[in-house]
Amino acid sequence: MPHPLAASSSEEAASELTPSPDLLLPRSFADKDLSLPNGTPVDTSSPASSSSLLNRLQLDDDLDGETRDLFVTVDDPKKHICTMETYITYRVTTKTTRAEFDLPEYSVRRRYQDFDWLRNKLEESQPTHLIPPLPEKFVMKGVVDRFSEEFVETRRKALDKFLKRIADHPVLSFNEHFNVFLTAKDLNVYKKQGMALLSKMGESVKYVTGAYKLRSRPLEFAAIGDYLDTFVLKLGTIDRIAQRIIKEELEYLLELREYGPVYSTWGGLEMELAEPLEGVSACIGNCCTALEELSDDMTEDFLPVLREYILYSESMKNVLKKRDQVQAEYEAKLEAVALKKEDRPKVPADVEKCQDRVECFNADLKADMERWQNNKRQDFRQLLMGMADKNIQYYEKEKNYKYLPSTLLIM
Amino acid sequence: MERPEAEPLGASHSCQTGEAEPGTGPAEEEPGGAAAGTMMEDCLSKKIEITVSEAEKRTGRNAMNMQETYTAYLIETRAVESQTEGQCSPPDSLWRRYSEFELLRNYLLVNYPHIVVPPLPEKRAEFVWHKLSADNMDPDFVERRRIGLENFLIRVASHPIICQDKIFYSFLTQEGGWKEMVNETGFQLKADSRLKALNATFRVKNPDKRFTELKHYSDELQSVISHLLRVRARVADRLYGVYKVHGNYGRVFSEWSAIEKEMGDGLQSAGHHMDVYAGSIDDILEEEEHYADQLKEYLFYAEALRAVCRKHELMQYDLEIAAQDLASKKQQCEELATGTLRTFSLKGMTSKLFGQETPEQREGKIKVLEEQIHEGEEQLKSKNVESREFVKSAWTDIERFKEQKNHDLKEALISYAVMQISMCKKGIQVWTNAKECFSKM
Repeated sequence: MPHPLAASSSEEAASELTPSPDLLLPRSFADKDLSLPNGTPVDTSSPASSSSLLNRLQLDDDLDGETRDLFVTVDDPKKHICTMETYITYRVTTKTTRAEFDLPEYSVRRRYQDFDWLRNKLEESQPTHLIPPLPEKFVMKGVVDRFSEEFVETRRKALDKFLKRIADHPVLSFNEHFNVFLTAKDLNVYKKQGMALLSKMGESVKYVTGAYKLRSRPLEFAAIGDYLDTFVLKLGTIDRIAQRIIKEELEYLLELREYGPVYSTWGGLEMELAEPLEGVSACIGNCCTALEELSDDMTEDFLPVLREYILYSESMKNVLKKRDQVQAEYEAKLEAVALKKEDRPKVPADVEKCQDRVECFNADLKADMERWQNNKRQDFRQLLMGMADKNIQYYEKEKNYKYLPSTLLIM
Repeated sequence: MERPEAEPLGASHSCQTGEAEPGTGPAEEEPGGAAAGTMMEDCLSKKIEITVSEAEKRTGRNAMNMQETYTAYLIETRAVESQTEGQCSPPDSLWRRYSEFELLRNYLLVNYPHIVVPPLPEKRAEFVWHKLSADNMDPDFVERRRIGLENFLIRVASHPIICQDKIFYSFLTQEGGWKEMVNETGFQLKADSRLKALNATFRVKNPDKRFTELKHYSDELQSVISHLLRVRARVADRLYGVYKVHGNYGRVFSEWSAIEKEMGDGLQSAGHHMDVYAGSIDDILEEEEHYADQLKEYLFYAEALRAVCRKHELMQYDLEIAAQDLASKKQQCEELATGTLRTFSLKGMTSKLFGQETPEQREGKIKVLEEQIHEGEEQLKSKNVESREFVKSAWTDIERFKEQKNHDLKEALISYAVMQISMCKKGIQVWTNAKECFSKM
């Protein structure tokens, strides 16, 4: 099964060191079941990790809805009022044919904390992968109403997107924490257990942060980094422009609200002119309604998606940094070995482990980046087309309500 | 701005056949002035085509010998017949400045107080939104003023009564010495200063109710149109802002497209459409200024309407005072003749205390009073006639004006609606184009 990424990966593997299979370390709990969706076992003898192979093979499948076997939805927000606090829960519904799930369908209730927990767990357990972003955790009380319909709906959409992105990811979707999140009746019980498990994990999951300095980022990753930097800047600019437009639209709306009624007042003074004046007044009123809808839509649908992508890009940049760390550690250890000048030029196991990690990380990251780019393109295409649509609808509404008397034709 | 409709719909109005001599008012005209039947063919506007075709900056010396800059406007007149015959003879032309237009209008106001005299375009730019300059020398302002002045002349020329005024005709045709000619008519002396005192109230006992209602209407109309124009200016300002900010999308999409592969082209071309969108507001708002100018004309017309009502009020007041005066003189006369004292007067008291006057003295007084009474009765009669004349001819012109106003404003409102529809269509077009570009991303 040749794949563009497979080729480059094997190039990297064609180095002097060829570790034996037993040096391969499972990098996450998901690697326990190393089999393709159709059940055939995966050859784990290659230097590249099994999960990244899975990654590559399933790259094309993401866009093909028919092979998807896991569907997740977030809906039905409900307010809970308890003695200690008030909070919102969302219903998380899962439909799946995967063997990892005991039942074909699940329906559980989760609150924001739970999503946050899931994300942290994923970041810990899948450090080489890009984890989708969550909507903002903290909202300023008094500035934003945490229980308003608009806020809850915006959040719901973002949480739904979050879970769908994980469900569509060939590696993340098999993560055990994700499974539990979707299925457990009481997540809190599991959370407590999870703490105990964490302490047993040891080195395999722990990645050094900040201890090593990378000399230079390989070109392809440097390119990704540069791209993300510029991308985030441009998104920020678009966010500011969109906000400014909304602000101007609301000020325009304010004036229109005073403008329309004056025509009515005038109509009250007149006889023959009363009809056209009332007509103009009604049109302006209609324009107000349409304009309000437009700016609400932009606030609720457009801006959050934009901001989410900024967060997404920042996450990706962090993953790049982690990758740099892993490479730096490897290079440092390699240097240390070279300097020792021992009699037996045997490569210590831990250096080989490092090299492994670097290669896996690179492969995962590249695969994730490509997926991210594809999704980004689709998401923005949809977002911007949506923005254009809303504006078209606004003008259509306005146009169709314009007052023009039938007598115009006679005149 | 469209030319005002020369034919009011279905109104009956007078078109004086007699010569209106400079400096005289309608009181000297035939009483049956409000005759049925239109005689629009006699209106000047049918005979002469009037245009204010150019505006020019001039410098000169004013009355205090100080240098000033002002704008002069070129008035061109051309006989209509010469055109229909296929000959295009060169027009007659002369230059006038705004102050001369003002002089003409003031002359008409004084000499035709029963006419709703067409207003001039505003002296200073008001109700401006930020992009427009409030400077009188600004070319856009000058251009809109030029159109307004042309409109004014056409309105006067289309009016069946004032189009025949000689001073008006001279204004259009006689360059030199016109100002002196107007001043020689002495119209400033005729002006009733009380008309200028807008809010002074006169206790009128029996005004014609129609005029009272009309004055009230004109006050309300002025108020509502002012309000409308103020808010419209703010609305224009805001709309301008909305459109212009979209232009920023153009730049950022272009920058973004530089780092994208497949998305690049779609973004770049969508950005171009955003620029088009942002630029389209300039034409839209320029067109709307014409609408605002049409409203302004009627704002100022409301003032002219008010002036006619005011004039009636003052005439009625003078009439009532004169009648009151006459009545009291008659009473005095009667008391002297019969020797009875009905009303308290100091004279009466002193004569009671110090003895009555001699019969000769009394006779003398009675004679004087009788003369005065006779004079007073004559005056009252003519004042009554004047007043009735005024009411009749004023009301005729008011009916004419109402028709004109309803027609013009209806057209203005409709054209405003059409403008808005056109703006919507443009918006739909641009965003549809942008959407297509996005779809190709």
